[in-house]
Amino acid sequence: MFEKALSGSKGYWAWVIFLLIVIGIGVLNYLRQWEYGLGITGMSRDVSWGLYIGQFTYLVGVAASAVMLVMPYYLHNYKVFGKITILGEFIAVSAVTMCLSFVILDLGRPDRAMNMLLHPTPNSVLFWDAVVLSGYLGLNIFIGWTVLGCEKRGAPPPKWTKVLIYISIPWAFSIHTVTAFLLAGLPGRGFWLTAIMAPRFLGSAFAAGPALVILLCYLLKRVAGFDAGWEAIRSVAKIVAYAMCATVFFFLCEMFTVYYSQIPEHMNHFAYFFKGLHGHGSLMPLMWAAIIMAVISTILLVIPSTRNNPDLLPYLCAMVFISLLIEKGILLIVGGFIPSPLEHITEYAPTLPELAITFGVWGIGALMLTVFYKITMSIRKEAQA
Amino acid sequence: MGNSRRDFLKIAGLSALGLGIKPTADAFAQGAAPKVSVNPKAIRGKRWAMVINVQKFKEKGPELQKACMEACHSIHNVPHFDNPKQEVKWIWTAEFGHSFPDQERPYLHEFEEDGLKGVPVLVLCNHCENPACVRVCPVKATFQRPDGIVMMDYHRCIGCRYCMAACPYGARSLNWRDPRSLDKDGKPFIKTLNREFPTRTRGVVEKCNFCAERLAVGKMPACVEVCKDNEIVFGDLEDPKSEVRKLLREHFVIRRKPQLGTNPQVYYIV
Repeated sequence: MFEKALSGSKGYWAWVIFLLIVIGIGVLNYLRQWEYGLGITGMSRDVSWGLYIGQFTYLVGVAASAVMLVMPYYLHNYKVFGKITILGEFIAVSAVTMCLSFVILDLGRPDRAMNMLLHPTPNSVLFWDAVVLSGYLGLNIFIGWTVLGCEKRGAPPPKWTKVLIYISIPWAFSIHTVTAFLLAGLPGRGFWLTAIMAPRFLGSAFAAGPALVILLCYLLKRVAGFDAGWEAIRSVAKIVAYAMCATVFFFLCEMFTVYYSQIPEHMNHFAYFFKGLHGHGSLMPLMWAAIIMAVISTILLVIPSTRNNPDLLPYLCAMVFISLLIEKGILLIVGGFIPSPLEHITEYAPTLPELAITFGVWGIGALMLTVFYKITMSIRKEAQA
Repeated sequence: MGNSRRDFLKIAGLSALGLGIKPTADAFAQGAAPKVSVNPKAIRGKRWAMVINVQKFKEKGPELQKACMEACHSIHNVPHFDNPKQEVKWIWTAEFGHSFPDQERPYLHEFEEDGLKGVPVLVLCNHCENPACVRVCPVKATFQRPDGIVMMDYHRCIGCRYCMAACPYGARSLNWRDPRSLDKDGKPFIKTLNREFPTRTRGVVEKCNFCAERLAVGKMPACVEVCKDNEIVFGDLEDPKSEVRKLLREHFVIRRKPQLGTNPQVYYIV
């Protein structure tokens, strides 16, 4: 079926070449990192995880959110999602690939990455995260590819795909729960030491992922003439609205515990973001931008007339996606390290090579998604003709 | 043709599965320990612990602390990176309030300036009895010996830095660049090379090892040896006759963040 990705319009090829250039710049910068070490990034002894792990965390959520399309269609027989479940599955494949890339390029010794398999360590949450992520990747490649192949031949998918689909539903919850457990079980990091972390992760994932689905549906309509159907988009928007409400609610729960208990080890991190701490606060504008976007988009998504406005909806979804990208993709990780265990404040800002590498990985994800969607669109066009 | 490709994939899949199962099974199985001969001079203990006498250090001024740090860092080939955000340190000093954030109180700075004469506190890896770093390491590159020392395997570490996130004491450093290379002025990051101890590569984590390599040949830890007047005492906590047990019997001591349940094994007489 890959041959379908090799013929396309001029616009398609221009986009592919653009992505290849972005990826190429990322690869060149990664070679520099390989040569020099992680010192090329903005990370430090105190802030020892940064943009890479943040993006990894965020994209695990995006990947998990495919379940929000799969579950209504397969468990509740909600036929309206029939055309778009496969879009969700391919988002999952691309996002998990990006996650694994981010984890590997965050390693100080990537040449030893396979030590994770040579010396499996069941007491490490990172080991389990690697297990559930690769399992989820395998499940979604298998399901997506088989279903698409059957669509091409005009045959119904074989029965065993249904079994895999049922497995993939709890599995999606597991990848994000385990990723939250990476952070939520560390004794000395007050910012992360909260039982609401896993629910918060799931809430924000089920908002950001479906928001991306809506944006992609709008995009596919313009560039490929694919119509997901307004009914389907309206339903996905409803999911985004509920998930955003849950996310805001969970965040407020965290705020209550932190600020009513007044325990400094928990409060200091939030103080750093909200008003700065001991004269440091370079990430304050990002935090407020994320909060303002989250509040505006949540309110407008809850009000039916604004949510169901086809001209406004993509802007709301973009706000959701970017707000959560800032909150989870940068601040949630960096915030755990500021202040440090010795209550020193070391600020963090990504360097240019670090940004170029990050964009390179996004390029890889976008290219994978482009190819998958191109194949899907071509097959559907042929089936119609 | 189609069949043969299918068969090949089946066999390849089974082989990959087999290769994957072996190490997983090993991880859960108990292997026989290899035999090693032990140096007869080696100092052995059941649970190593350290007592740091902050009052004695106050009398000596910051010079003795510098000597401790210098001895440790030169013996262990600790690199001196020029970027302070990326420094590697095994033992260092921090103000009392930063070493013990839970002791924060009004006018603490007056105690730091007068009571401690502005002399900070030595901090290092606490060799916790219940170490969070060991719990999170995905490759067992950091592990705990039966005598309590938390060790690093520099040859296995993948540099994921999960241990740095897990350590509540900031005791761990990553080699953000190649410690064997040269700085801007062409000088090596490792000032004087000690050929008795391994240097590290870029991308691995390191920290204090309670001088396990010195105990193995009958020597006390480097920082302890520098302190001629028992400013730092090292010994076996399980031995009732040991010097550390005596000090803990006679003095009120504090530890860094004991409320976290890590059971740190570095005690401070303040």
